[in-house]
Amino acid sequence: MRANLPREVLIGLYYDMLRIHRVQLRIEALYHMDEMKTPIHLCIGQEAIAVGVCAHLQKDDYISSSHRSHGHYLAKGGDLKALIAELYCRETGCSKGRGGSMHLVDTSAGHMGSSSIVGGGIPIGTGLSLAIWMKKQNRVSVVFFSDGAADEGVLYESINFAILKKLPVIYIYENNQFSVCSPVTTRRVGEVIFHSTPHEYMYTRIVDGNSILEVYAVAQEAINRARRGQGPSFIECKTYRIRGHSGAGSDAKLGYRSDEEIAIWEARCPVVTFRSKLLQEKMITEEKLTNMEKEIDQEIDEAFRFAQKSPLPGREQLLQYLFYEES
Amino acid sequence: MPWSKIKPELNEPNFQRESEENSRRLSYAEAIREALDQALDMDSNVFVMGQGVDDPTGMFGATLNLHKKYGGERVFDTPLAENSLTGIAIGAAIGGMRPVYFHNRPDFLYLAMDQLVNHASKWSYMFGGAVHVPLVVWACIGRGWGSAAQHSQALQGIFMHIPGLKLVMPSTCYDAKGLMLSAIADENPVIIIEHRFNFRHKGFVPLAPYRVPLGKGIIRRPGRDITIVAVSFMVTEAFQAAEELVRDGIEAEVIDLRTLRPLDEEIILTSLAKTGRVVVADTGWKTGGATAEISALIAEKGFVSLKAPVLRVASPDVPTPAGYTLEEAFYKGWKEIVTSAHELLKGKG
Repeated sequence: MRANLPREVLIGLYYDMLRIHRVQLRIEALYHMDEMKTPIHLCIGQEAIAVGVCAHLQKDDYISSSHRSHGHYLAKGGDLKALIAELYCRETGCSKGRGGSMHLVDTSAGHMGSSSIVGGGIPIGTGLSLAIWMKKQNRVSVVFFSDGAADEGVLYESINFAILKKLPVIYIYENNQFSVCSPVTTRRVGEVIFHSTPHEYMYTRIVDGNSILEVYAVAQEAINRARRGQGPSFIECKTYRIRGHSGAGSDAKLGYRSDEEIAIWEARCPVVTFRSKLLQEKMITEEKLTNMEKEIDQEIDEAFRFAQKSPLPGREQLLQYLFYEES
Repeated sequence: MPWSKIKPELNEPNFQRESEENSRRLSYAEAIREALDQALDMDSNVFVMGQGVDDPTGMFGATLNLHKKYGGERVFDTPLAENSLTGIAIGAAIGGMRPVYFHNRPDFLYLAMDQLVNHASKWSYMFGGAVHVPLVVWACIGRGWGSAAQHSQALQGIFMHIPGLKLVMPSTCYDAKGLMLSAIADENPVIIIEHRFNFRHKGFVPLAPYRVPLGKGIIRRPGRDITIVAVSFMVTEAFQAAEELVRDGIEAEVIDLRTLRPLDEEIILTSLAKTGRVVVADTGWKTGGATAEISALIAEKGFVSLKAPVLRVASPDVPTPAGYTLEEAFYKGWKEIVTSAHELLKGKG
């Protein structure tokens, strides 16, 4: 890896993953206080996908996402304070406390809103790429979704349209192997059919979603193709949802998967494995890593303080924002 | 389909507008087409999509040949994937475009309910106003010649239930153009539900672009004895009913709501205060539909003005039958409005 990427890029990728990881852990640690009164869907173990893809995006490129969207939001440059404030349902939240954890937005960072209807963001992200194409902008649209959404008909419909119009859209399929407690193997045989699409119509790849370098390299190719006007891509990132579908902590006690299985994937955590790699190849020192952690923790402390001190929306504001309001 | 056998082409009731400058008689389809033409011309972000918008019939003529003038990038045929194409239109709208998505029949909007209801209607509220969706979705209710259960549904009651959607139901050629231009200019998702029978009409339409405001009804015919509240093709039926009632010395006031969301409550309640008697007429089903909502409004806010119960003229709660004897029994119109009016005025003296 040393040969390919400059040290500061590697460290930047690690920093972004670690930041998402530690934000998740803090949310999880404080969730039992019942002050974040919104369902949470943690992306622990899936950090490499959001970071490896968003590393190639400009601020005005678009992303669309789902209920499990903290990682995408942060990787794209969404405001951390506004994220935490949203979890506390505050007026200062990214969605002013109207959306909660599943409905994040930061238009200034190109994050145009996440849907908690599984697959719901797929056509919308495709439509953003249609707007780019019609306006002849130098932008791309990235759509993040998981294996539950890959079951949905909108994925086929959207891909068909993206191919038809040769749109600058990149479908990032985070196969984390579960939809709630239903394993992907009970819902499908073999790989999704989209991989058999001829590459002149749509570039498709399967990558190890826990390898930041693999995701980074393939995402770069896909995004470059979109920028060159070569049409859509479909990248499947094989990964694993380490935590339960929603809420904090392990859900191994439910019995739909074994402790051993979870342990295997915890050992493959993209953040931990990349940390070891960086140390092993002497790209960074333990001391610098510790400082990095401190810096991130400070930022997280501040974000939580900001959220906890922020005002809640007033009852009199209930009807606001149903329709567009001039700002 | 030989629509001419069901309903001959004719001029719409003499509502208005002959005196307007540069006004000329256009067909209903031509009026919509002119609105689209002007919107496409005025704003390069406007585009028209839908299955068949660039075909030789041009969506009953409403989009005819617009693709030739504005190109296939701005007026384009779509795959038959109503839900995703609705989401794609939403995404394009969020990305700064102003899509107008045409559907042949509202029945197919059921396939797009996830994107219309879960997404378009909620995007502004759910994100605290950070994003908005300037989207127009258009569909035309079918009727007659055995269109049957899946090609003639009037779904306004269902969409009227959804916060975050605006719901437009024009009744005249003038409004078809002016409401379309307002819908396209609106920053929110707007559903326009047309009626096939209105497409048999011709009416006076000014050449220059103009907007008919959303949420403002209009009195099509003033009257003192009874109020008939109607939308879409039912306005024509109500107008005819009013002319019949004149023979019996009854002066009916005909209100065309133009939009069901926002609903012009004031025009209904003001008329009710004058007449004290109301018939509500709609092309949709009775239970839980537009007539139910309007009747509830009258009960809540206009009870003191009521001299008689509210009566409703709406479709019976069954799917539309294909056979013409049953079809005739299914559809309600001016005759039922006249009967209802007489019932409300019974014993008045």
